[in-house]
Amino acid sequence: MKAKHQRLTLALLALGAVVVAGLLALSALKDQASFFYAPSDVKRDGLPLGRAVRLGGMVADGSVKRAADGVTVHFTVTDGAATTPVVFAGIVPNLFREKSGVVAEGQFQADGRFVASNLLAKHDEKYMPPEMAGKMHETKTLAPDRGS
Amino acid sequence: MIAEAGLAALWLAGALAALQLAMAVIGIARGRDDVAAAVRPVAIVQGVLAALAMALLINLFLNSDMSVKLVVENSHSAKPWLYKFAGAWGNHEGSMLLWVTILGLAGGAVAIFERSLPERTLVATLGAQATIALGFYAFLLFSSNPFARLTPAAPDGLGLNPLLQDPGLAFHPPTLYTGYVGLSVAFSFAVGALVTRDVGPGFAKAMRPWVLIAWIFLTLGITAGSYWAYYELGWGGWWFWDPVENASLMPWLAATALLHSVTVLATRDGLRAWTIMLAVVAFSMSMIGTFLVRSGILTSVHAFAVDPERGAFILALLAIYIGGALALFAARIGTVRAGTTFDPVSREGGLVANNLLLSVILGIVLIGTLYPIVAASFGVQLSVGPPFFNKAAGPIALALVAVMAVGPLLRWRRDEARAVVGRVALPIAATVVAAVALLFVWPGVLPWAGLSLAAGLAVASVAPLWKRNLRRTPMFTYGMVLAHLGIAVSLAGMASDSAFTRETLVAVRAGEAARVGPYSVTLDGISPVIGENWSALEAQLTATRGDDSTRLHPQLRFFANPPTSTNESAILTALDGQLYTVLGQPDGQGRWQLRLWWKPFVTLIWFGGVLIALGGALSLVGRLRRERRSAVRAAWA
Repeated sequence: MKAKHQRLTLALLALGAVVVAGLLALSALKDQASFFYAPSDVKRDGLPLGRAVRLGGMVADGSVKRAADGVTVHFTVTDGAATTPVVFAGIVPNLFREKSGVVAEGQFQADGRFVASNLLAKHDEKYMPPEMAGKMHETKTLAPDRGS
Repeated sequence: MIAEAGLAALWLAGALAALQLAMAVIGIARGRDDVAAAVRPVAIVQGVLAALAMALLINLFLNSDMSVKLVVENSHSAKPWLYKFAGAWGNHEGSMLLWVTILGLAGGAVAIFERSLPERTLVATLGAQATIALGFYAFLLFSSNPFARLTPAAPDGLGLNPLLQDPGLAFHPPTLYTGYVGLSVAFSFAVGALVTRDVGPGFAKAMRPWVLIAWIFLTLGITAGSYWAYYELGWGGWWFWDPVENASLMPWLAATALLHSVTVLATRDGLRAWTIMLAVVAFSMSMIGTFLVRSGILTSVHAFAVDPERGAFILALLAIYIGGALALFAARIGTVRAGTTFDPVSREGGLVANNLLLSVILGIVLIGTLYPIVAASFGVQLSVGPPFFNKAAGPIALALVAVMAVGPLLRWRRDEARAVVGRVALPIAATVVAAVALLFVWPGVLPWAGLSLAAGLAVASVAPLWKRNLRRTPMFTYGMVLAHLGIAVSLAGMASDSAFTRETLVAVRAGEAARVGPYSVTLDGISPVIGENWSALEAQLTATRGDDSTRLHPQLRFFANPPTSTNESAILTALDGQLYTVLGQPDGQGRWQLRLWWKPFVTLIWFGGVLIALGGALSLVGRLRRERRSAVRAAWA
C-alpha cells in the first residue's frame, strides 16, 4: 500500500470513528438525558413517567415530615404556582431546609408523587443551580404576589 | 504594597509575553538569528514574573490582608494556615493566576531544558506559547484581576467554602493544572513544527517527554480529585460524570492517545498529521475544560462565580487559539510528507486502534458534556448523568482494554496473525477463567466484563517481560508494563465497587447496631467536638468484623464563616475493601441517621491510578536517560 493510500484509509477510519461516536452518543442521549421540571411544568404538560428526571423548586414551608423509620422524608416542592409531593429515603444534604432551594433527581409515580433517589441543595450562600434560578425567575413574573 | 507589586509583576509578564511573540515572529520571518536567540531568556523571565505574582498572592492570603478584595471574599483570619495558603487558588481569580503561572513556567522550562529541537522550531514553539499566555494575561488583567483593592478595608473575610477546607485543596489543583496546562507545550510544539514544516521522528522524540510530564500530573490530579470527592462529599461515589470531572477527563483521553501516537512517530515515522492533530486537540480540551469550569455556565463546587463577561472572554480566546491552530493545520498539513506505511497487524495497527477508540470515547464524553449546555441555549433544560456515560462509553472502554492487552504483544511494522494468537493465549485463558468463575456470583453485565477483562489485561500487561533478560529490558518498557497493569488494577476496583458494594441506611439510638457487608457497626454515642474554625457533632462508632473491632468517628461539621455544614465521612480501610460511614441528621426522637457502605476492593481504583502515573514516570526517566546516553555518544564520535 502506498503511503498516500494508507493516510486516506486512516483518515476515513478516524472519520468513521467520530461518526460512530456521535451516533452512539445521540442514541444514548435520547433515552438517558434527564430533563428538568418545575412543579408547574408538570401541572401544564402532565407527568413524565418512566424516565429519570430532575425536579426543582423551593421546599414548601412546614411540609417536611419524617417517617417512623427515621430515614424516609416527605416534603413538598413548590415553584410558587404549583406543588409536587416528594418522597426521599436517605441523608438529606446539609443545606436542605424549608423555604430553601432544592433539586431532586428521581422518577414521577403515576399517583403524582416524585420518588427521589438523590437531593441536591444549595452548596453555599452563593450557589443556586442555574436551571433553578431560571425557573424561579419565570414563576416570579407569572405569580408576582406569591407572598413569603 | 504587595498587591501593587503583584499587579506590576503580572503586567510585566504580560508585556514580556508580547515581546516574546514579536521577537519570535521577527526571528523566523526575517531570519534574524540575533533576535531569535533572545527569545529563550525572555520566556524564562516571563515565567519567573508570573510565578512571582502567584507567590505575592499567596503572601497576601497568608497575611490575611483584608484590604484586598479577593482575600476578603475568600478567606478569613481564623482559618488554619494551610487553607489560607491553598485558599489562594480556591477562587476564580487565584485559580486563573495559577493557570497562567504554570503556563509561563512551562514555557520557561522549555526554554531552559529543550536542547534537541532545531533552534527555529524551538523559537516558533516559544512564540506559540507566548501567544497563548498573552490571551490569558489579558483575561486576568482586564476581567479577573486578583490584586484588586477594597476601600475601605474589611475587618475580616467571608471565609472559604467548607467543602474546599481539606488538605486535598493544597495538592489537587496544582497537580491537575500542571497536567492540564502542561499540555500547552504539546500544542505549542505542534504549532512550531507546522510553522517550520519540521514534522518527523526528531520532533516526536523532543515532544514526548513534555507530553509524558503533563500526562503524569494529569493522571495524579484526576486520581487525587476522585479520592477527594469520594471521602469529602459523603455520597460514597468516586466519579459522578460531573461536567467538571469530564473537563479533566477529556484532556487526559486526548493526551493518552497523543502519548501513543507520538511513539509511532518517534519510532516508525508514521502518523505524522494525526499526531500533530492530537497535540492540538489535547490542549484544546484543556481550554474547553477551563471555559466550562471558569465561565460560570456550570454549577459545581469548582465554579466559583457566575459572570457572563468572563465566559465570553474565555470563549473568544478558545475560538482564536483552536481556530488558529486548526487553520494553520489545514494550510500546512498538505506540505507535510506522509510517513512510512505499516501492516494492519502490527504494533502500529494496535496503536491506531487505541487512538481510534480513545477518540470515540472522547467524542462521547464531549457530546454528553456539551449537550446540556447547547440544549439550554435552546431553552430545554436537561442533565446528562452516569446512565448515559456508562451506557455509551462503557462498552467502548472495554474494547479499548482488549486492544491494550494485545497491542504491546505485537511486533512493529508487520506481524504474523498466527504467531500473535500464541502470544495472547494465556491472557485469553485468564479472561475466560475469570469470566466463568464470576458467573457464580453474577455481578451484572458491565462489571462482569470489566472484571474478566481486568484479569486478562493484568496477565497480558506483564507478558512483554516474558522470556526477556529483565536487567537489559529498557526502563520505558517497565513503564509501559506498570501503566497497563495500573489500568487493570483500577478497572478491577471500579468493577468490584459497582458490583459488590453493600449499602445500609438506618436510624439508630445509642447502643444499637446495624449490619453492612461483613461488618456490624454500633453507635456508642454522639458528642460535640471543637476544631480550629469549626464545631462538630461526632459519632462514636464501633465497627466489628469477626474478633476485630475498630472505632470510627464520622462528623457533622458546622462552619461559621461562611455558615455551612459538611458531613465528614469516616473510612476504615481493610485489605479487601473499605467501610465508609456517614453521620446524618437526628430524627428528633433520640435516633441518628447512619449511612454505611461496604465497598470491596474500592481502593484498587486509586492504587491503579498511582501505578499508571508511576509507569509514566518510569518511561520518562528511561527515555531521558537513553537520550542523554546517545547525546554523549554523539559528542564523543
